[in-house]
Amino acid sequence: MSLTFRSLPILAAFFFIFAILGHGLSPARADASDDIFANFATDKFSDTEKAVVGLAASATPNSLTILEALADGRLYFDASTKIVYFKSTDGALYVATSNAKAADVNAAALKKVRLNNTVRSALQSAQGSMGLLAADPARRRSAAEAVFKAHDIAALPAVDLALTRETDSRVKLAFTQARAAILAYDTTATDLQRLTAIDVLRERADQDTLGHLSAIAASSDGRIKTAAQAGMTAIQSRLSLLSGVQNIWYGLSLGSVLLLAAIGLAITFGVMGVINMAHGEMVMLGAYTTFVVQDWIRVHNPALFDYSLLIALPLAFLVTAIVGMMIERIVIRYLYGRPLETLLATFGVSLVLQQAVRSIFGANNREVGAPSFMAGSFDLGGLAITSGRMWIVFFTILVFGLLQLMLKTTSFGLRMRAVTQNRRMASAMGIDTNRIYAMAFGLGSGIAGIAGVALSQIDNVSPNLGQSYIIDSFMVVVFGGVGNLWGTLVAAFTLGIANKFLEPMVGAVLGKILLLVFIIVFIQKRPRGLFAQKGRAVEV
Amino acid sequence: MMQSLLNLLDLRGRIFLGCLAAVIIIVPICTLLIPAGSMLHMPTYVVALLGKYLCYALLALALDLVWGYCGILSLGHGAFFALGGYAMGMYLMRQIGTRGVYADPILPDFMVFLNYKVLPMTWWGFQSFPYALLMVILVPGLLAFVFGWFAFRSRVTGVYLSIITQALTYALLLAFFRNDMGFGGNNGLTDFKDILGFNVQADGTRVVLLMLSALALAAGYMVARAVTMSKFGKVVIAIRDAESRARFLGYRVETYKLVVFVLSAIMAGIAGALYVPQVGIINPSDFSPANSIEAVIWVAVGGRGTLIGAALGALIVNFGKTYFTGALPELWLFALGMLFVLVTLFLPKGVLGVIDDVMERRRISKRKPMAAE
Repeated sequence: MSLTFRSLPILAAFFFIFAILGHGLSPARADASDDIFANFATDKFSDTEKAVVGLAASATPNSLTILEALADGRLYFDASTKIVYFKSTDGALYVATSNAKAADVNAAALKKVRLNNTVRSALQSAQGSMGLLAADPARRRSAAEAVFKAHDIAALPAVDLALTRETDSRVKLAFTQARAAILAYDTTATDLQRLTAIDVLRERADQDTLGHLSAIAASSDGRIKTAAQAGMTAIQSRLSLLSGVQNIWYGLSLGSVLLLAAIGLAITFGVMGVINMAHGEMVMLGAYTTFVVQDWIRVHNPALFDYSLLIALPLAFLVTAIVGMMIERIVIRYLYGRPLETLLATFGVSLVLQQAVRSIFGANNREVGAPSFMAGSFDLGGLAITSGRMWIVFFTILVFGLLQLMLKTTSFGLRMRAVTQNRRMASAMGIDTNRIYAMAFGLGSGIAGIAGVALSQIDNVSPNLGQSYIIDSFMVVVFGGVGNLWGTLVAAFTLGIANKFLEPMVGAVLGKILLLVFIIVFIQKRPRGLFAQKGRAVEV
Repeated sequence: MMQSLLNLLDLRGRIFLGCLAAVIIIVPICTLLIPAGSMLHMPTYVVALLGKYLCYALLALALDLVWGYCGILSLGHGAFFALGGYAMGMYLMRQIGTRGVYADPILPDFMVFLNYKVLPMTWWGFQSFPYALLMVILVPGLLAFVFGWFAFRSRVTGVYLSIITQALTYALLLAFFRNDMGFGGNNGLTDFKDILGFNVQADGTRVVLLMLSALALAAGYMVARAVTMSKFGKVVIAIRDAESRARFLGYRVETYKLVVFVLSAIMAGIAGALYVPQVGIINPSDFSPANSIEAVIWVAVGGRGTLIGAALGALIVNFGKTYFTGALPELWLFALGMLFVLVTLFLPKGVLGVIDDVMERRRISKRKPMAAE
């Protein structure tokens, strides 16, 4: 039973190849297409399959559309008149033979053309081969990829034909590679042909090619075998280099997330020596602000959706900065000089904020969408890069740069640095240190808020969002050294990259544990972090 | 001997020990002798709850020893508690024997499920109760020793120390979540059957465990009291108040800190070991940093540096937690959060501190009319 089932697709493929060879890739023959369509209307699987194969071979202009309609269940026939119709994706009904809009259709008499597994697999291979000549370059390319993977010699004439017609260079490359894959396996081809083919494959250098080459090396000998093996080593070293680069990229991406979350903490900790346990909740509030903004946009003005994050950024900064300053004015300012008490009080604040958000928005994850420019991913020389992650890296660097600029060039920055170095001296020089504290706390919280906007793109927006970042952020700040933003930057990226290199070696959890242990040991050696602050402030 | 023990106790200490003695005497009577249905009968779930609170109180006492007397705010004491709990849990798992779902005489159920063939080395010896008890003391003590040895010698203090203790418990949390660790992963250890041949679910066993917890709390109090009242304890307090000065006077600060830290960790481990058979489960969430911080707030509520206050705080907060999570679950985190804020802002000395202040004021106001005459 299972044997026959498995052999069905193969049978179908033979059928199909036969059809291609029989018809050549000759232009459409109008007389044949009527018979083909009649086969759709018999409501028998075997006839439907014949129709699919016939349609693929006949290459009528709209055959791809019809096959697609069949695959999606949008192909119908009228049982009495035997006319075949298809529905376009927007629901309009067309006559399949003429491709004209259908009129006076008895909707009740329409029956869907049904599919079973045999028909489906015939449909798939038909679509694959037709795809080589499709109008859309992306579809031609994916068809070429399919041929490349299958390296079926029967597809060679079709590929050759497609290659002569092709104008798009990227698709052309895909066809060349598909052709090379077929030839490299082909034992009837000349050695020279096969060696050239292997060279082409070697250029491609990915996991699929590696599979092809190792299969070729195993099944052949002499020059071909050596060439294939040399190709394999070259590809392997390239792949390992690539995976290294990929790890660095992932690490940078993770590091920028860590940096975003930690940078606000570094400010409050650095300037005031205050551990703000509610920092993670500021990140969470920022993420929820994004959610509220997107929700409002969805209801009132969907056209603005692509700008939702830009709108959310200042709002999140404002919301969290205000909440932060309120915490500072109501709680923290009474606890200066007592860092451990501050730690406890802010932990209490974090519980209250979490529960407040849970009561208002519910305990479940809230969905925050990605604007179109942040969705999807692209390929950069073999590296898969998600747009969202890339934007977060850019955004982090931007935030960091702006912050440095503010600290170095503005009067507020100057005052803040003065207070960081020596609060009492700064106070003696006429700086209102209380005000600076409140503003620094607002700034730190505000940055946490905009971190929340960014993190809403890659993490679940739930009341627990902040908790998952707080310990990591502490580690970054402590590792980097207090009162030094460059230290925080170096620490974030070091930890991010180290994490991503450890992950494939020992697993995600163990990697994280190792890093935690590393930091614990590191703090013993350098209690003030990587870039310790020098001078009197150290003793305070 | 008896006399010197009594010398350790002030009036408050005697009241505290008296209350614990009352618990030890009254609970067995109310649970086992007075029949169900009577007004005075104490249901088993109350016994289990009370036992749990007493274990928390011992944890709080341990934490107060390091925080209240030595100024080390450990945000990772939950780790020592949980390690002691795991040691006891491993003994209890080995006692299940063939009564497990897979009826393997040696391997606990989760190991059979995960395709273990032989018992991991970490589990060797846990079929013996004395060995398990030794581990209850040794594992948290050793961890505290190694951790403290490095941390105190390199003079990691204040918030830095708090953060790395938090990192410690967080790392252990992640580690125990892993199935490869061989400690039951996510689900932890549970389905215990008996302890020393007595059914852990039976009323009698529960009552005895409660009495043991009360005894352990009393013993812990006496030890902590003895330590803090001694000359050694005076140096520890001096370190809390002025670390550099104590060092300049020639005291080996790190040694003092290390001894107190290890002692405290052992007490926390014992609390955890008593906790597990009464609650019936131990899993990695007991390592979560939030638990450790919650323990700190018990101490703060009761009044740090008072020992009794810490135990009292644990009881108050946990009674509150049980009440709130049952009656008004939405409000519990608000209440706990506000407790953190209000206690640090308005009750820096805790409940016991307030009582002290009130008594002081009364004494002064009593004296005043006399002075006026």
